[in-house]
Amino acid sequence: MKNEWPLWEIFIRGQHGMSHRHVGSLHAPDAEMAIKNARDVYTRRNEGVSIWVVEAKHISATAPGDKGPLFEPSESKIYRHPTFFDIPEEVGSM
Amino acid sequence: MYAQMIKTASAGVKSREEMTDQEREFQDKIDNDIKIEPRDWMPDDYRRTLIRQIGQHAHSEVVGQLPEGNWITRAPTLERKAILLAKVQDEAGHGLYLYSAAETLGESRDELVRLLHEGRMKYSSIFNYPTLNWADIGAVGWLVDGAAIVNQVALQRTSYGPYSRAMIRICKEESFHARQGYHAIMKMAFGTPEQTRQAQSAVDRLWFPAIMMFGPTDADSTNSDQSMAWKIKVKSNDELRQQFVDQTVPQIEYLGLDLPDPNIKWNEERGHYDFSDPDWSEFFNVIKGNGPCNVDRMKDRVAAWDDGEWVRDGLLAHAQKKAAAKVAAE
Ligand SMILES: [Fe+2]
Ligand SMILES: [Fe+2]
Repeated sequence: MKNEWPLWEIFIRGQHGMSHRHVGSLHAPDAEMAIKNARDVYTRRNEGVSIWVVEAKHISATAPGDKGPLFEPSESKIYRHPTFFDIPEEVGSM
Repeated sequence: MYAQMIKTASAGVKSREEMTDQEREFQDKIDNDIKIEPRDWMPDDYRRTLIRQIGQHAHSEVVGQLPEGNWITRAPTLERKAILLAKVQDEAGHGLYLYSAAETLGESRDELVRLLHEGRMKYSSIFNYPTLNWADIGAVGWLVDGAAIVNQVALQRTSYGPYSRAMIRICKEESFHARQGYHAIMKMAFGTPEQTRQAQSAVDRLWFPAIMMFGPTDADSTNSDQSMAWKIKVKSNDELRQQFVDQTVPQIEYLGLDLPDPNIKWNEERGHYDFSDPDWSEFFNVIKGNGPCNVDRMKDRVAAWDDGEWVRDGLLAHAQKKAAAKVAAE
């Protein structure tokens, strides 16, 4: 139908000082209403203490086909993990 | 279920040899329980079938508000009224989660709503039955949401990521629905003789419509093989129906009510309850639009949409005007 409200992506910070996390989307005419609707839809059971809304069309994303070139190189760089290094026990915790 | 008799768009399940490389890669992901995400490649028929199923599921959540909304103003206490309001509000949210999931497949919510209003999409048959007394509201939460839970718990494992996530979220809210319903009907079943009679009447009237929610028997569910192979459907209609009957019979017995079907009997050999088939001709008739409330339900939905048009348009015009003023000021 002609006058469809734009789509917004909703991010909520949970109770425990975590980052905002994507929880879903909804339609709203503007940001203010998107926040009101998000509060009604996504925080009815103490799920959050803060809401971000972003109009979906403003989100850029990686393409599924780029998964290999983007993320596979890190698989071979095992020295980036602390467990790569054997530290003698005498040294103590590190 | 909330999505019944979804016609799977498919010419039949292909063997691995018949699949293209892309299709094989896709099927491998599904077989390995890797979720399909919105921008991943998927067969057109997978997309089409999912839109139908998720759309019908969404419509059911929304239309499902009507039989319960019927009792909000007449709930027996303020507390029951607040509970029922919260429950019905949840259902609106469930509709929204599901429309959002369908939208990730490229079908807009307004388009799905239009198809529903034009009679080209369906919602669950169960919502075409009336809620005649207060015990019906208890029975709806307990039996109808209870049946929906059996289906939705299975669907948490569905292959399409956004659908699966919507199901997980919905399931978290559903147990409130079932419990508040059972709590309400407990009060009735253990109440005055008249209240007990109403509780019995609710169970007697809603039992068969509730077990119809799972859709036709497996023998009559042609072309669900492809949906199973794609994990759009996770368990068969008969499997889910049996699971529901097994969990519900002891709950009816606890209420001290008569079983709504004389053939319900524990079958030691099968380890399940036996029960009668519902009248499938009634089911198909309701699906076709001839249930007791089909006409009213659609009339109410269309009226709600039409009556809300000036609000939708007004808010959008206001937002556009504000945005334009902001641009001009910059
Ligand atoms: Fe629901
Ligand atoms: Fe529910």
